[in-house]
Amino acid sequence: MRYILPFLILGAMPAMLMAQPDAAEILRKIDKQMVTESAEATATMVITNRRGRETRITSRSWSKGETTSLVEYLSPAREKGVKMLRLDDVLWMYTPQADRVIQISGHMLRQSVSGSDLSYEDMVNNGKLLDVYDAAVVGEEVFMDRLCYVLRLRAKENVDDIAYAQRKIWVDKSRYLPLKEERYAKNGTTLLKIFEIREVMKIGDRWYPKEMYFKDVLANGQGTRYLVDDIKFNVDIPEYLFTKAALRE
Amino acid sequence: MILLKLAWRNLVGAGLRTWLNVLVLAMAFILMIWGKSVVDGMAYQLYDAMTNIEFGKGGQLWHSEFDPLDPLTIEDAHAVYPQELAQHIATDDVATILVRQGTIYPEGRMQTIMIKGINPGQKVMDLPTDKIVAGSTGLTPALIGQKMADKTGLAQGDLLTVRWRDAGGTFDARDVEIVHVMNTVVQTVDKNQIWIPILDLQEMSDMAGQATMIALNEPFEGTPSSPAWVYRDLDFLLRDTKELITAKNAGGNIMYGILFAIALLAIFDTQVLSIFRRKKEMGTLMAMGLTRAKVIGLFTLEGSMNGLLAFGTGFILGSPLFYYMAVHGYTIPGGMDDFGMALGNTIYAKYGAGLMLGTTSLLFATVVLVSWLPTRKISKLTPTDALRGK
Repeated sequence: MRYILPFLILGAMPAMLMAQPDAAEILRKIDKQMVTESAEATATMVITNRRGRETRITSRSWSKGETTSLVEYLSPAREKGVKMLRLDDVLWMYTPQADRVIQISGHMLRQSVSGSDLSYEDMVNNGKLLDVYDAAVVGEEVFMDRLCYVLRLRAKENVDDIAYAQRKIWVDKSRYLPLKEERYAKNGTTLLKIFEIREVMKIGDRWYPKEMYFKDVLANGQGTRYLVDDIKFNVDIPEYLFTKAALRE
Repeated sequence: MILLKLAWRNLVGAGLRTWLNVLVLAMAFILMIWGKSVVDGMAYQLYDAMTNIEFGKGGQLWHSEFDPLDPLTIEDAHAVYPQELAQHIATDDVATILVRQGTIYPEGRMQTIMIKGINPGQKVMDLPTDKIVAGSTGLTPALIGQKMADKTGLAQGDLLTVRWRDAGGTFDARDVEIVHVMNTVVQTVDKNQIWIPILDLQEMSDMAGQATMIALNEPFEGTPSSPAWVYRDLDFLLRDTKELITAKNAGGNIMYGILFAIALLAIFDTQVLSIFRRKKEMGTLMAMGLTRAKVIGLFTLEGSMNGLLAFGTGFILGSPLFYYMAVHGYTIPGGMDDFGMALGNTIYAKYGAGLMLGTTSLLFATVVLVSWLPTRKISKLTPTDALRGK
C-alpha cells in the first residue's frame, strides 16, 4: 500500500492542477459579466452620512464601450438635470442651474460625487480588469454565503492612469461576480475603498449586481449604496447623446 | 503786501462766515488725506506681504502649463528644474515648489487640498519652512497655516492621512505629522494647503527633480532655456492686486469729489455774495487808484486764504487722527484676510510726500480757481456805478 500511495498522489496531480483556477481566466469571466458593450440603466444612489441620514439620488445612464458614458440625475429636485458625460479620460459635467458645462479631469475625477463614497470615476467606469491588472489566486473563502476565489490584483507595470495600484477581490466561484473588493493605495497597506455586491440579478445569461455598496474607508459616514433599478444591455444608443452639445438638451 | 494785509483784515472781519468756510474745507481735507492714506497703507501692506511671503522679491518661474486659477492645469504643471538655476537651487537661494492635488480626512471629513512641496532651507519666501523637519515619529513633516488649522481642527503634533495621485495617476496615501502651525496674513499660502519638504513630495509623486514654480530673490534675466518654464515678474504677479487698488482709489475719488465739491460750493457762494454786497467798497478802492486787476486779485486772495487757513486747521485738527492711524492702524472686525486679502486685521495709514503735497496742491489750486471765477465780473465794473452800488 505504501508503494501505491505516491503513485496515487502523482496520478491525482493533473486533476488537482486542473482544479486550480487561472487568475487571468477569472478576471476574463468577471469582465464578461461586468463590462458591457452598451447599456442603458436607471439606478438609485443612497448616501448615508455619519448621523445616519439618507439622501437618495436617482439617475439614468447610458454607456458605450469602456470609455464613453452619460449619466443624468432625475431626482431630487436640486440635482435634477445634472449630467455627466465621459469621453475617454475627460469628464464633462453640466449643471442646469448654471447652464454651464465644466470639465472635470485629473484629481477632480477622484473626488466625491454629491457627498457620496463614489468618485466621478467610479460613476462612469466600465473598464476591463484584465487590461490593467495582473492577478493571482490567494485562496478561497465564503463571503455572503457564497464560495469565492480570493484574488490579489496588482497594476500592470506598463499601464498608466490607474486609480488603485492593488486590489483584493472575492469572486463568486459560480457566478464570477466580484462580491467584495478592497482597493488599496500604491503602498499596498492603506485601504482606501471597499466595494461590495450585496444583491445580484440575472438578465439573460448574465449575472449582474442589483445592489452595490461603496465605502471610502478614510472618510466618516456609513457608505453609499448603489441600487440598479433597471438595466438593458446591448441597446442602440444614438451617437449624438455622447456629445457636449447634447448635455444642454 | 498791502493787498495781503487788506485781504487778511477782510477775512478776519467776516468772522463766523470765514470760520465756517474754513471748517468745512478743513474737514474735507482731513477726510481726503485720511481716506487716501488708508488706501495707500493698504496697498503698501498688500504689496509687501505678497512680495515677501507669496512671490519672492524677484518674481517667479512658472511651469508653462501652470495657472493658479485653473485647478485643471495642476496635474500636468511640473517639469525638471531649469539648468541655469542649478547653482541657486543647490544653495537654497531660490524656493522650488512642487504643487499636487490631494485629499485629507480631518476628523473623517474628506477635503480636497493642495500639497505643496518646498525646499525647507529656502531664503526667498518669508515662511517658516525651516520647521518642516521630521519629528520623533519619522513621518513626513507638514506645515499648515492658522486658517487651515482653524478650518480642519488640526494642531501641532496631529497626524493626518493624505491621499494623492502619483505621476501615473495611481492613488497613494500616507500619514504626515503637523510639525508647525504658522500665522500668516497671506491666505494663498494658508487656506486648503499643506507644505511638506519637496523631496518627500517628489518621491511620493514619482517626480524627482521637478517643480511647478520657482520663487526668486532677484529678477530673472532673459528667457529660461527650457520652454517648459516662463518667467513671471512682480508686475505680472501683482497685477490683480494693483487693479484692486486702482478700483478702490477710483471709488474713493468719487466720494472725495462730492465732499470737496460741497466745501468749494461754500467758498464760491461766499465769493459771489461778497462781490454783490461789496460793490461800493470796490468802487472806493478803484477811486483810490487800485486797478481792476488788483481788485480781482484782492478778492481772489481773500477766497484763497480760506484754503490756506483750512489746510492749517486741517493739519492741527487732523494730526492726532493721522498719528493714530499710522501707529495703531485701523482694525477691521473679522479681518480682511477672510476676504482673501493679505492684510491681516489692521490697516496702517501711510503718508508719503506725494500724497501730502499732491493732495494739498490740488486742493489749493481748486480753491484759487473757485475764488477767482466769481471775481471776473469785476472786470466789467465801472468805478462810478460801483460807488453808487450798481
